[in-house]
Amino acid sequence: MRTLWGSTIGKKTVMAVTGLLMLAYLLVHMFANLKVFFGPEEMNGYAHWLRTLGEPLLRHGWFLWIARVVLLAAVVLHGVSAYQLSRRDIAARPVKYQHQRRQASYATRTMRWGGIILALFIVWHVLDLTTGTVNPRGQEGHPYENIVAGFQNWYANVIYSVAMLAVGLHIRHGFWSAAQTLGVTRPGAARLLKAGATLLALVITAGFLSVPIGVMTGVVN
Amino acid sequence: MNLTLRIWRQQNASADGEMRTYQVSGISPDMSFLEMLDTLNETLIERDEEPVAFDHDCREGICGACGMVINGQAHGPERTTTCQLHMRHFADGDTIDIEPWRAAAFPVVRDLVVDRSAFDRVIGAGGYITAPTGAAPEAHATPVPKPAADAAFTHAECIGCGACVAACPNGSAMLFTSAKVNHLNVLPQGAPERESRVLGMVEQMDAEGFGGCTLTGECATACPKGIPMPSIAAMNREYVRAAAKR
Repeated sequence: MRTLWGSTIGKKTVMAVTGLLMLAYLLVHMFANLKVFFGPEEMNGYAHWLRTLGEPLLRHGWFLWIARVVLLAAVVLHGVSAYQLSRRDIAARPVKYQHQRRQASYATRTMRWGGIILALFIVWHVLDLTTGTVNPRGQEGHPYENIVAGFQNWYANVIYSVAMLAVGLHIRHGFWSAAQTLGVTRPGAARLLKAGATLLALVITAGFLSVPIGVMTGVVN
Repeated sequence: MNLTLRIWRQQNASADGEMRTYQVSGISPDMSFLEMLDTLNETLIERDEEPVAFDHDCREGICGACGMVINGQAHGPERTTTCQLHMRHFADGDTIDIEPWRAAAFPVVRDLVVDRSAFDRVIGAGGYITAPTGAAPEAHATPVPKPAADAAFTHAECIGCGACVAACPNGSAMLFTSAKVNHLNVLPQGAPERESRVLGMVEQMDAEGFGGCTLTGECATACPKGIPMPSIAAMNREYVRAAAKR
């Protein structure tokens, strides 16, 4: 374990594993969000059910807390690795070329800034729809009403839209990148993985964006 | 052909450098890029100026000595070594920017010459097999499956020129190191040191101050020998496997 954490390849492995974990969570989260289109009972009922998951082995709400701890650990490990690797990468190329030309794809070039945007967004998102601190309604146990109230503000729509575009770009490069880091070498896999990454990015971005768009257009109210 | 060259001039490792502009004329499209620089240097010597220092040796694309960043691209616009790049890929009247490899692990020695001994130290950390030397063994004493032989040869093509490091926005040596690791790790002769090789070479690569891989693919695009990107993925797998065994 010390070998892994001490090397660039090891840290990238940590990033790949935690990234895929967060990606799996995002997929479930996105599908669950679509319940907002089926009315308050469906959405709020689902939110309640999440707290009863694992009973009677787990106590009420424990499943959610376990998920939160795991996700927090994943975010922290992913972020710390990214920070340390980025500092290293920047130091490894101290002098820029005079003759600049555009390198790599947009998704690849925006990984670092995208990651920072996503980290800030997670803070906002938790304050908005978990604790309700910045939500205009913020009533516990009523996520449907909180969502509708939240997206009445223009800035909430802007924040969520920017973040969801950022997450799409992040996944676009990150998913393929994670597969390479974890050693997928089979010939032909690269094209499949790149297509898979694009598909995942599109599905997740579109799925998440459908909620604020739904509220804005009045489909959800 | 008449060309305007903007070349990085730097007296020594500690001096400040700058891009200086030169005119060359009478360049034939059949000249190699290095022959074009030879022509420039002849005129500089005649004018009693310091010629431009650059590395070169075999001039037939197999030694890995030459290398410079031409118009922002390692080894220039063609996928080959600088010595095998011909002036027909440029147009009369072009302005060409010529810079040394840029990486913290490759300090500039003078003008376009950089110190690539970091690569030698990475090789010294495991890029060999420990075997008694002497007369060459019988070729078929150790059977090698054809796919393994082909894979080894693909990786063995690396000439260690450093274009991958120069092209990488992170100054990463992952493509070089992976070529050297995989070359030996896929062969039965390399098997006894399979784990210590990848662990040692990656540790040295990190210690030399090369950056990490962010999979931009710039390295494999620049590589004159066509070392493929999956080479890096293969080394990642070797590394995690070896780290788990340690």
